[in-house]
Amino acid sequence: MKLHEYQAKELLAQFGVPVPKGRVARTPEEAEAITIELGGSSVIKAQAHTGARGKAGGVKVAKTPAEAKAHAAAILGMQLVTHQTGPAGLPVSAVLVEELVDIEREIYLSVAIDNTPGMPVIIASAQGGMDIEEVAANTPEALFKQHVDPACGFQPFQGRELAFAVGLDGPLLGPATQLIGNLVRAFMESDGAIAEINPVVVTKDGRLLAADAKFSIDDNAEYRQKAIVEQRDRSQEDDRELDAHDHGIQNYVALDGDIGCLVNGAGLAMATMDGIKFAGGEPANFLDIGTANNPEAIAAALRLIGSDPKVKAVLVNIFGGLARTDVIAEGVILAKREGMISQPTVVRLSGTNVDLGNKILDEATDVELIRADGFADGARKVVAASRGEK
Amino acid sequence: MSVLMNKDSRVVIQGFGGAGQREAKTSIAYGTQVVAGVTPGRGGQTIEDVPIYNTVVEAVEQHQANVSLIFVPAPFAADAILEAERAGVPLIICITEGIPVLDMVKVKRVMKNSTSRLIGPNCPGVISVADRSRAGIMPVDVYLEGNVGVISRSGTLVYEAVDQLSRLGIGQSGSLGVGGDPIIGTTQREALELFEADPDTAAIVLIGEIGGTAEQEAAEYIKTMKKPVVVFIGGATAPPGRRMGHAGAIISGAAGTASAKQAALRAAGATIVENPADIGSTMQAVLKQHGLA
Repeated sequence: MKLHEYQAKELLAQFGVPVPKGRVARTPEEAEAITIELGGSSVIKAQAHTGARGKAGGVKVAKTPAEAKAHAAAILGMQLVTHQTGPAGLPVSAVLVEELVDIEREIYLSVAIDNTPGMPVIIASAQGGMDIEEVAANTPEALFKQHVDPACGFQPFQGRELAFAVGLDGPLLGPATQLIGNLVRAFMESDGAIAEINPVVVTKDGRLLAADAKFSIDDNAEYRQKAIVEQRDRSQEDDRELDAHDHGIQNYVALDGDIGCLVNGAGLAMATMDGIKFAGGEPANFLDIGTANNPEAIAAALRLIGSDPKVKAVLVNIFGGLARTDVIAEGVILAKREGMISQPTVVRLSGTNVDLGNKILDEATDVELIRADGFADGARKVVAASRGEK
Repeated sequence: MSVLMNKDSRVVIQGFGGAGQREAKTSIAYGTQVVAGVTPGRGGQTIEDVPIYNTVVEAVEQHQANVSLIFVPAPFAADAILEAERAGVPLIICITEGIPVLDMVKVKRVMKNSTSRLIGPNCPGVISVADRSRAGIMPVDVYLEGNVGVISRSGTLVYEAVDQLSRLGIGQSGSLGVGGDPIIGTTQREALELFEADPDTAAIVLIGEIGGTAEQEAAEYIKTMKKPVVVFIGGATAPPGRRMGHAGAIISGAAGTASAKQAALRAAGATIVENPADIGSTMQAVLKQHGLA
């Protein structure tokens, strides 16, 4: 789950990371008032779950409170379209109004999980403000890393090594080491997935500030991060994905094609998308039913898939392990009988209780289904069905 | 005997609830020794003819359990793994999905200095077909005895690959699901090492996924292998930046894409399957080519 910049900064500030003065505003008048508090000038930043907001017109400098009001009026209510959002963009219902700072230097700093050693890794670079993927690709020697060993936790020497490496020495060494340690603490205690400050700025008056912040938490840890989960902004997420989430289906991703799929297991779900593509079709979604092991949940998932107006046909591709094919069969029949899904539906069942599963489908003679034997057959039949062929 | 599981494997199941009981029954019917269950507070009971203990240590003392199979819910699963490790169980297999990553950071650190091996989490388990020895959730009917080993990040794709092989009359020595999480106990590379050393395995199917760099690390080892490896990478059509169910399956950076992984594996000498429907037929061709079929 992602946080907005203003939420991320509030979180980091709680852990002692210095952030610029400012607050979130939801109306132009609030933006004006905050700018007056800040001494008459400010920067107005659109709050949306995307990077590259500046290029898209989502970040503006205000020299007067009146200008702040005008900028906020222009940004609030806009759909912010960047290369990360897709053509529809994301709605902006809040702006962060912050003090203008005189920047001397920009540093990159982040904490994420490094899968191979299985430890959090702190990454720092003197090339702040840049796309870090580009820095990693073009000048990997400009990235400095320190792993956080869970046996002893973050140690100050790691902060010092990073600070020296990116040129934060002299009077900045102490504050930089502290900032890095506090960022790591925020990451560890909040079940962070990615915590990124890009950039940390050195101001002309010698302060260190987190000028931008991205923070997302591990979806698997939401159950123990209630205070963060309460800050979820549903307007930034896909409606059908939220609907899925509300029905206990964690693993639904909306895509652009016209063939819906309901699959058990993330790997088979990805492979089903690949198989549909090889058969000449385009998947409309990724959906792993996960641990949903009752007919009602399966039917709800089918209703969700069918509610996408782009979907012309649906493939149910099940290879039962923990998931039982008889339960899936009952769910499919339920969804069809209750009119929860109207599109042609191809069903492929293999694995646990497959004889029972197929028997349930056979006996439901009132329900029209296209049956498939094996993966390739299922992909071929659903592509044909999506084109109105038999 | 395939890898890790054999006739002497004695399985204790941690988290003897609905799923644990159902899988215990399937394993026992298949011929596997399921010697105990562990559910704290239920010690002394017998469920499905399996004696239940409060702690793993007791199950090990009473029944010489040497494999632990874990179904404990995600918030408590890391604790269950560490309990099995402390009890000295040499093989720990964790089925549980959805364990917080920072919990696995701690577990991984402990396993690094341990004599126990962890498989998973978020995996289908391990099966040795000739020995009818199963610790996992895989459907047993699709397996056919033979000499192909199957390794996968995904559970259901193990079944899919095994089914495609069996339908063509190609049997398996066994399968090992390494798990779909970002931090796992036994890596794809380590799983390849196990099958390469197994005298009953002649060829290997490896099923990877987008995200991370585990396939590239496996490719480094494939360069040195004698046995042929057929590889499918799931998620070629997945969009970047989106988590595809598995916490580990998210493309971030160029190394995580299916094409980058395929290129590394092809360069290492593996045979790449593009269409997931062709896993079985590709292995059939590879076996012929190597005079193994």
